[in-house]
Amino acid sequence: MKKWDASLTHMILSMGLISVIAAGALGLVHTLTAEPIRLADQAKQEAAIREVTPAFDNNPLKECFNIRTEKGDSLMCFPARKGGKLVGVAIETYSMKGFGGEIRLMVGLSPEGDIHNYTVLKHSETPGLGSKMAEWFKTAKNKQSILGLNPGKDKVLVSKDGGEVDAITAATISSRAFLDAINRAYIAYVTSTNSQNSKQVVYEKH
Amino acid sequence: MKNTKFSVVLNGLVTENPTFVLMLGMCPTLGTTSSALNGLGMGVATTFVLIGSNTVVSMAKNIIPDKVRIPCFIVIIATFVTLLEMLMKAYVPALYASLGLFIPLIVVNCIVLARAESFASKHPVFDSALDGLGIGLGFTMALTLLGCVRELLGTGKLFGQIIYPEQYGTLVFVLAPGAFIALGYLIAAINRLKRKQA
Repeated sequence: MKKWDASLTHMILSMGLISVIAAGALGLVHTLTAEPIRLADQAKQEAAIREVTPAFDNNPLKECFNIRTEKGDSLMCFPARKGGKLVGVAIETYSMKGFGGEIRLMVGLSPEGDIHNYTVLKHSETPGLGSKMAEWFKTAKNKQSILGLNPGKDKVLVSKDGGEVDAITAATISSRAFLDAINRAYIAYVTSTNSQNSKQVVYEKH
Repeated sequence: MKNTKFSVVLNGLVTENPTFVLMLGMCPTLGTTSSALNGLGMGVATTFVLIGSNTVVSMAKNIIPDKVRIPCFIVIIATFVTLLEMLMKAYVPALYASLGLFIPLIVVNCIVLARAESFASKHPVFDSALDGLGIGLGFTMALTLLGCVRELLGTGKLFGQIIYPEQYGTLVFVLAPGAFIALGYLIAAINRLKRKQA
């Protein structure tokens, strides 16, 4: 077959044909992969929830409810139950005050608001500095671990702001943003559930 | 006959290695090689796009008039990259998350368009596919090598396995300046080896 010359008909036909076939292929693969993509996202969320809460036997994703923050937006809250009793909640929280922008965390609180565990979902902090937050605040060294602290009773802020937590060395901004996300989750949880914890004072940076 | 087919693949791997010889596609090379696994993953992803786009461009070369070849090539390449993205999101979400923005950037990777323009539009389908494979393998090898060097020097790990404690690592190699430094030395070393052979 001789190569098509550059007549208007040929050009339109050629580009049109290629576009139509491309669109068809894209539509087909999109339909085929939509379900696996949804399942992969769900699996990732569930793995994060499992990491931050005590053992549970319900389906936290199905029981997800929204809790409102002070700013007016909402966070997703996943209750974890064992034998029908609430053992903890996993809250997907964020802070926009990171050195490189948004930080997303999944934090697990006990029903009383004690921090059980956390995992970093997404961040743009500097490698070797802010990125250390994934392990720093869980390490039982000096006063850097936040596990077991309750933002309602303890000052979950960096030492520079009068708090009880050691910031990451040379990464104060990332540390502040991290704790900002943790406090946001606690405040939202406590305000929404309207439990007796809400009577406790939450320390704010002055 | 088998010799010439194999030599097409070998060409992409050694003689016209896209990173060390042609020096194309430097952006993803420097951006995704902070770890060996990321470099390998990026290389394999680009190889998929190269084989696919080379094959289709070669199949369609007679119905694409010269005047509109660039838009047609770009649409074909972009389609393959989008297919790749959907497949990665579905089946390897962890790798997809760590490569992030660099996957859509494969569309504007010079290597892909250059091979479509200079090889696939002028050669038969099977040869074009082999060229895509060869160039892709060359790119993958270069990226994996650079990723290994940067990860080992920067964090003391190799493919996630700890080789020496991280505190003795030189952090600069995980960041952008270190990428340039490591790549420069690698190219110098390879040029030295080639001169010795000649």
